[in-house]
Amino acid sequence: MLRIGILGLQGSVIEHTIMLERLEDVEPIQVKTRDDLDVIDGLILPGGESTTIGRLITDYNLKDKIIERARAGMPIWGTCAGMILLAKHIINDDKVHLGLMDIYVRRNAYGSQLDSFKTTLLIPAVAEYPIPLVFIRAPYVEKADGGTEILAELDDKIIAVRQGNLLATSFHPELTDDLSFHRYFADMVAKSTI
Amino acid sequence: MDKERYELNKNLAQMLKGGVIMDVTNAEQAQIAEKAGAVAVMALERVPADIRKQGGVARMSDPKIIKEIKSAVSIPVMAKARIGHFVEAQILEALGIDYIDESEVLTPADEMYHINKWDFKIPFVCGARNLGEALRRIGEGASMIRTKGEAGTGNVVEAVRHMRTVMDEIRKLQGMPKEELMSAAKEMQAPYDLVVYVAEHGRLPVVNFAAGGVATPADAALMMQLGADGVFVGSGIFKSANPAKRAEAIVKAVTYYNDPKVLAEVSEDLGEAMPGLEISQIETAQRMAERGW
Repeated sequence: MLRIGILGLQGSVIEHTIMLERLEDVEPIQVKTRDDLDVIDGLILPGGESTTIGRLITDYNLKDKIIERARAGMPIWGTCAGMILLAKHIINDDKVHLGLMDIYVRRNAYGSQLDSFKTTLLIPAVAEYPIPLVFIRAPYVEKADGGTEILAELDDKIIAVRQGNLLATSFHPELTDDLSFHRYFADMVAKSTI
Repeated sequence: MDKERYELNKNLAQMLKGGVIMDVTNAEQAQIAEKAGAVAVMALERVPADIRKQGGVARMSDPKIIKEIKSAVSIPVMAKARIGHFVEAQILEALGIDYIDESEVLTPADEMYHINKWDFKIPFVCGARNLGEALRRIGEGASMIRTKGEAGTGNVVEAVRHMRTVMDEIRKLQGMPKEELMSAAKEMQAPYDLVVYVAEHGRLPVVNFAAGGVATPADAALMMQLGADGVFVGSGIFKSANPAKRAEAIVKAVTYYNDPKVLAEVSEDLGEAMPGLEISQIETAQRMAERGW
């Protein structure tokens, strides 16, 4: 049984939990404290507000431990706000949160809620069929440095990227019915525990 | 608003869950709120406590203030339109904010009809005191609900009443056999399909925040334990002695609403809360929760 944590401070926590419950051999665990980080094999940073979540992981001493576990190889996947938390560089903000991935992220890159959108895209690394993608006040990656693998681009913007044990998506697979990305991440976690 | 746009608008509310939305009246307050960890700000000219004190007609804020607040923060910005005032809503949509609150805190512009929110691309949040009211607003296109409470009082009793009422009515629907649902819809004056949805899922089809009278971290955690998805704080922050500290404490109380140790910690040494108002001392005409239908 893989134990996959969802950072449970704010945002689409339940949505990710429900998706993970649909996978076989995965036990979702909501992570709110330092101790919770000891019992998981992988961690999802959900959608939400990155300023809020970034502030809380600092104040409740989760930040250094997440960084430590990431460096030791634990897979982490950030969706939307989670992508911002993972980035080493945020183009339109001077704040860096976990600073783990060599990506340059632009926050609210598409504009306000009126610019939020849904589309479908074939992402060969993840699924054999086009999957639905939901962008809510989403960020995207303008530039990814060496060692990163670009999984998906939309209109020349990077929207899904992997760097070893770290995965970031601009969009929210947890807001759709499609399990491909959760399955892909569970597979990353399974391989890291061997 | 087509079905896909409506889903996207509900989705944004989902991203706000577990968070605090704070009333702010200028760019400086907006930055304090963002720094404290607010998930969104509500841009307005006067907080409800001042509207209550000063009286007169309360309207949509000056677009200049809204634009200043919008440019000061990176988190979503909401603003209020009067109940039924669809032109104020058109203006707010043109400003490119993220959410409109069709709010009883402002003086209603129409005593018969709420805004037809399906006419818009922008999402709406609306207040409700009970399940029927919540479902009527959702029927009109609201993609987020908040309980009304009694804004500007610093008194949480009405927010508790409204949240308990909504939750209780949801539980009752869940226990009903299907043939009773049409009568339930008739009684609560709510669209039948939405009544069926609630009966089947045991929850509203949209996110439901608490609002109106939250003044302390304990108030916020109380609303969360009663089943709120998040909390609006209006006058409670910037009418208190130490807004930055109180804002931060309320954010933490909403995240750790089930952890009394954290709640004790964050409740300490916050300075004076906003002065409160006893509901029975407010004249009926001044009770905001009774506006809208």
